[in-house]
Amino acid sequence: MTMQPASTEIASRTAAIVQELKDLEGPLLPILHGIQEEFGHVPHDALPVIADGLNLSRAEVHGVVTFYHDFRAKPAGRHVLKLCQAEACQSMGSDAVAAKIKQLLGIGFHETTRDGSVTLEPVYCLGLCACSPSAMLDGEVIGRLDDEKIEEIVAEVRS
Amino acid sequence: MIPRIYIPGDSGALALGAEKVAKTIAKELAERGIEAKIVRNGSRGAYFLEPMVEVATANGRVAYGPVKPSDVKSLFDSGFLKGGHHKRWLGAPDKIPFLAKQTRLTFARCGINDPLSLDAYRSLGGLKGLQNAVAMAPLDIVKQVTESGLRGRGGAGFPTGIKWKTVLDTAGDRKYIVCNADEGDSATFADRMIMEGDPFVLIEGMTIAGIATGATKGFVYIRSEYPHAVATMNRAVEVARKAGVLGTNVLGSPNAFDMEIRVGAGAYVCGEETSLLNSLEGKRGVVRAKPPLPAIQGLFGKPTVINNVISLASVPIIMDKGAAFYKDYGMGRSRGTIPIQIAGNVKHGGLFEAAFGMTLGEIVDEIGGGTATGRPVKAVQVGGPLGAYFPRALFDTPFDYEAFAAKDGLIGHAGITVFDETADMLKQARFAMEFCAIESCGKCTPCRIGSTRGVETIDRLAAGIEPEKNLALVTDLCNTMKFGSLCALGGFTPYPVMSSITHFPEDFKPAPTRVAAE
Repeated sequence: MTMQPASTEIASRTAAIVQELKDLEGPLLPILHGIQEEFGHVPHDALPVIADGLNLSRAEVHGVVTFYHDFRAKPAGRHVLKLCQAEACQSMGSDAVAAKIKQLLGIGFHETTRDGSVTLEPVYCLGLCACSPSAMLDGEVIGRLDDEKIEEIVAEVRS
Repeated sequence: MIPRIYIPGDSGALALGAEKVAKTIAKELAERGIEAKIVRNGSRGAYFLEPMVEVATANGRVAYGPVKPSDVKSLFDSGFLKGGHHKRWLGAPDKIPFLAKQTRLTFARCGINDPLSLDAYRSLGGLKGLQNAVAMAPLDIVKQVTESGLRGRGGAGFPTGIKWKTVLDTAGDRKYIVCNADEGDSATFADRMIMEGDPFVLIEGMTIAGIATGATKGFVYIRSEYPHAVATMNRAVEVARKAGVLGTNVLGSPNAFDMEIRVGAGAYVCGEETSLLNSLEGKRGVVRAKPPLPAIQGLFGKPTVINNVISLASVPIIMDKGAAFYKDYGMGRSRGTIPIQIAGNVKHGGLFEAAFGMTLGEIVDEIGGGTATGRPVKAVQVGGPLGAYFPRALFDTPFDYEAFAAKDGLIGHAGITVFDETADMLKQARFAMEFCAIESCGKCTPCRIGSTRGVETIDRLAAGIEPEKNLALVTDLCNTMKFGSLCALGGFTPYPVMSSITHFPEDFKPAPTRVAAE
């Protein structure tokens, strides 16, 4: 697991991101994406700094952060594996793929393995619906998942 | 002439191994000491043939696919750089039946060349529409779009020209063009393909919309699940700015227009136009009540055109070839072409652009070639997670907004998911409710509570508890959601649920009977 930065460091790095983006029209989402890119999640200690910089209440910022599935309150594993669970992938057996991967990794959706190697998440559509079942591993897309590809993925996240 | 090899950089092709193929080809070129240029094009949309590699020969392009890295050596041995024969040989790409049968207007250029080459875009007819538009009065542009019969391709089917007229007629010190690229519906990938394969057509369409309505700023709101589309659009905007397509003097005219790419954060409901506007403003993606219409009070309270990617990307050809040219395609009140996305359990999956009017059966059986598993088709879901499931009995329905509505379905964003006979429609109905519960923004009760109660009631049905009562309850609940929800998420979730119940009643019989019948 990566070391958690101290709260003063979070505040100063957050302030820099806020400063850089706050003049955009509607800056909050770009700022939150920037923070998540910087820390791998949106730390609790970043919220007051954002609120202060944008002249919002902490409650407003908290409300936005928690509305969107993408923003994490805690760091993810070293790898993030997203499995598409939407209809097109269902029609090609995404249920069975998910069951197999959960079994191989020993975790369920929205969980991280104990060694911190991988976080498993469902995703509702990657736009690869003619290449189902599909997945995304650390931003790389994978289509037509079969046993061989599943084993490759599992080996990669474990290495 | 140095040989040119085209290897798609489209996400669909990448998901099927295009990157490895590109690397293997580059390595092989180096080892054999052959000089050649590798161009990363978009996808033409025949995903069953991806990764589809093309080479430019003296007699035009020759395609090979689906190419695996292990095919590369033998491709070189067969002289593929000159179009030589090989087991993956497909011939001229535009003669491949899946592609030859299409009418490509919006997707005319998609997948042919480097998506970030503005010269290639121009050489294939790009920027002609914008060139015409800068010389026209805004009202005339709006009239031309209205006369073309173009309707919103995002799903609602609202006439694009009428929306633009409202924005043009509304006074405002600042107006916006917002492109809805939050393509969250399963079975749809047309927006992604355009953004990755022909981004300038979207930029051109948005710029025309800006000139037509007096808007000077555009936003493209792209879902975060599309990192490649985000990257390509960002680079394309840079290129367009440098070339003076965007900026204070669009193509040297007095019109100013510039745009920004914004990224969503994983909320399906942000595909609904008013929650998308809230999200862009940096708020929770909660649906707004209408009125006021976004055309009058949209982004930051200013008059705003909000259109889907495909609606905007269809504008350049209308401005280039005229309203009558576009209107000539189609049937009834559905004019022009529609990029149909054939997905799921299907043999020939991909994007098929055609004039409105083909029947569902032609699309699924003839173009799609039936299921990938080879089993009979049981159901197709048209229009994404909020679209109805149609049985084979409705395969004579023509692809037309009104014809689908008449059969209690919808075209939506024109995605079709094919299911074979192993599909359990009760499970699909349950998923529709579950998905609505996960993605509901929470603003209105029918959607927020109804979806959760829907899951519970369908679970009781599955368990065989008071089946008649629970079936009546689901039906009643669907009625409440359909008429009582604020937006299409809660309002359309009843489509997949009720169509499953109506067309596949056997799947909703109590469990003991279901077991006995199998």
